Amino acid sequence: MYERASAVDVYRQALPVIVVSLVAGLFAGTILGSEPMRAGIESVPGILVLSPAFLATRGGVYGSLGARLSSGLHQGVIEPRVTQDRRLSNAVVASFINGMVVSVFIAVVAFLVLWFLGGGGNLLQLVGIMVVAGLLSAILMLSVLVTVVFVGYRRGLDPDNIVGPLVTTLGDVFGVVFLLIAIYFVGLFI
Amino acid sequence: MVLTMVPLLAALSVLQMVSGSVLETFEEVLLTNPALLILVPVQIGTAGNLGSILCSRLSTQLHLGTFEFAVDNPAIRSNSGAVLGLGVTVFALVGVAAWAIGRALGGTLGLVEVLTISLISGTLLAVFVVVVSLVAVSTSYRLGYNPDDTTIPVVTNVCDITGVLILFAVITVVL
Repeated sequence: MYERASAVDVYRQALPVIVVSLVAGLFAGTILGSEPMRAGIESVPGILVLSPAFLATRGGVYGSLGARLSSGLHQGVIEPRVTQDRRLSNAVVASFINGMVVSVFIAVVAFLVLWFLGGGGNLLQLVGIMVVAGLLSAILMLSVLVTVVFVGYRRGLDPDNIVGPLVTTLGDVFGVVFLLIAIYFVGLFI
Repeated sequence: MVLTMVPLLAALSVLQMVSGSVLETFEEVLLTNPALLILVPVQIGTAGNLGSILCSRLSTQLHLGTFEFAVDNPAIRSNSGAVLGLGVTVFALVGVAAWAIGRALGGTLGLVEVLTISLISGTLLAVFVVVVSLVAVSTSYRLGYNPDDTTIPVVTNVCDITGVLILFAVITVVL
């Protein structure tokens, strides 16, 4: 019976999943703690202010896309292949717009927070970094999410079980990587 | 989808600025001690995962009719106990890993310091996760929302912010 499930059973079942995401988290943390990233944090005021919001909204945007895709597949209204289907393209376009709008919004709010805390900060620079990082993460997350969910579904995996771990793991690791790339890319121009 | 998601995401990102501002305040400490910078995403990510597991287990119990918001409920006790056990295990591993990687990246913090910070803040956070998950599931149920939809985003966001606050409170005390 469910209620008899002892703490030890739950512990044993959950530990592997937690350890996998732990490794991903350590990887993200290692990039955050690496020499180039620390140099980037130091040179651009506001990176630490915006990074938690940036990482958290990746999960929100692409997690909801994943949830929509799996519901669509379960209901049979989305075919598990890339077609000209309106539902599929609407969901993908909507999450792309969500991701970009929110990224720019985060840059503006981070700038206001910096201003309020009395520190400097360059609005154009922060918006540029968020646009580049948001765009890179959109391209990666949309293509990987759609591919993995469709291929998984065709092979008999329940997309509900794949989407969550996939989004958090990819979002955290690549969120930090893209943030670093964006800092350097924008640094070339501003 | 855009019209409903954007305000929600915007509100969440404003909330996340709390943790961002705390990080910014500790910028110097973080930049000189890469081990601590490593701890940030791992701690909040793990707390979010623990919260998600607990919330989805508790919401399933709610749907099965075995959830009762009481300390002597065996199902709540075993689930909470498992999450606390997972927290202690994982945050010990995290402490050792963050210390080792921090060393490789040129940090000078000792193993005892990093392990103490990771274990104390992680355990406090795990206790917090259990309390928040229990409250979120029962509140969601009482307000008539399906806890499957509401609790995970709430708990992961609350954990992100509280995780950073607890981590830096502990860092301030230990260092």
